[in-house]
Amino acid sequence: MKRHRNILLWAGFGVTLLAFLSYFVFFARFPVTRDFPWANLILFIAGGWLLGIGLRRAFSESERYRGKVSGTVLSALSLLVFGFFLFYNFYLAKQLPSPSDAPHVGQKAPDFTLSDTNGKPVTLSELLAASSAGQNSAEKGNKAVLLDFYRGYW
Amino acid sequence: MRGLEQHLDEFRAHGVRVVAISVDSPEATRKLCEKRGYRYTFLSDPKAEVIRRYGVLHAHAGPGGQDMARPAEFLIDATGTVRWANLTEDWRIRARPENILKVIEDLKLGSHFAR
Repeated sequence: MKRHRNILLWAGFGVTLLAFLSYFVFFARFPVTRDFPWANLILFIAGGWLLGIGLRRAFSESERYRGKVSGTVLSALSLLVFGFFLFYNFYLAKQLPSPSDAPHVGQKAPDFTLSDTNGKPVTLSELLAASSAGQNSAEKGNKAVLLDFYRGYW
Repeated sequence: MRGLEQHLDEFRAHGVRVVAISVDSPEATRKLCEKRGYRYTFLSDPKAEVIRRYGVLHAHAGPGGQDMARPAEFLIDATGTVRWANLTEDWRIRARPENILKVIEDLKLGSHFAR
């Protein structure tokens, strides 16, 4: 008798890959799904559930379903992907040096001059001076500057 | 950074100028801004000098082992004083723009000039 293809194993592996990739291309864009990756963990659970059913079929109903070898390989790969996801999110992302000499609240912010996207030099003190200058004019001037340091390498 | 762009009008309404800093070159940064439609100011610190001065250096963390900045936010008032700072313990997790706006409202930065 010809045995059925064990489609659940492949579906489970596919969902696992989706669970991994969708974090970086989609869910990391939104703080709600980025700060704690619950959406991706749900997808991983779904993938694992499909793989689990597929494996049970492959081993306990082996006269009807294929997939003993492919199921084992796909499950191992899925575990590896899941493990790397956990490693990245809950270990690697927390490996930051301690910000020993960052200016504290109440301290003066160090002045600097850097190039903008047109190569034009921009100085913090000028930005801040522009801040207070606008106060008495009809135009509502800047009261503060928000400096946002980011990792870069986009 | 998308969040900052989405809330940019609110920051402007509060009189706060948003400035982003990274080690990326002006050209790379311009491409990023054009692609994503960012309207606020982006500055380049390729040698990580300012990043180092602000204590937010993440040494050798770049793709080729280059220095880069760890994510961080500083709110600086018109007198040049740091009024609020956020240094995350996890590079995925940044301050949310709505929380920064709440801080700005609570600090009442404008009242300094109203006196």
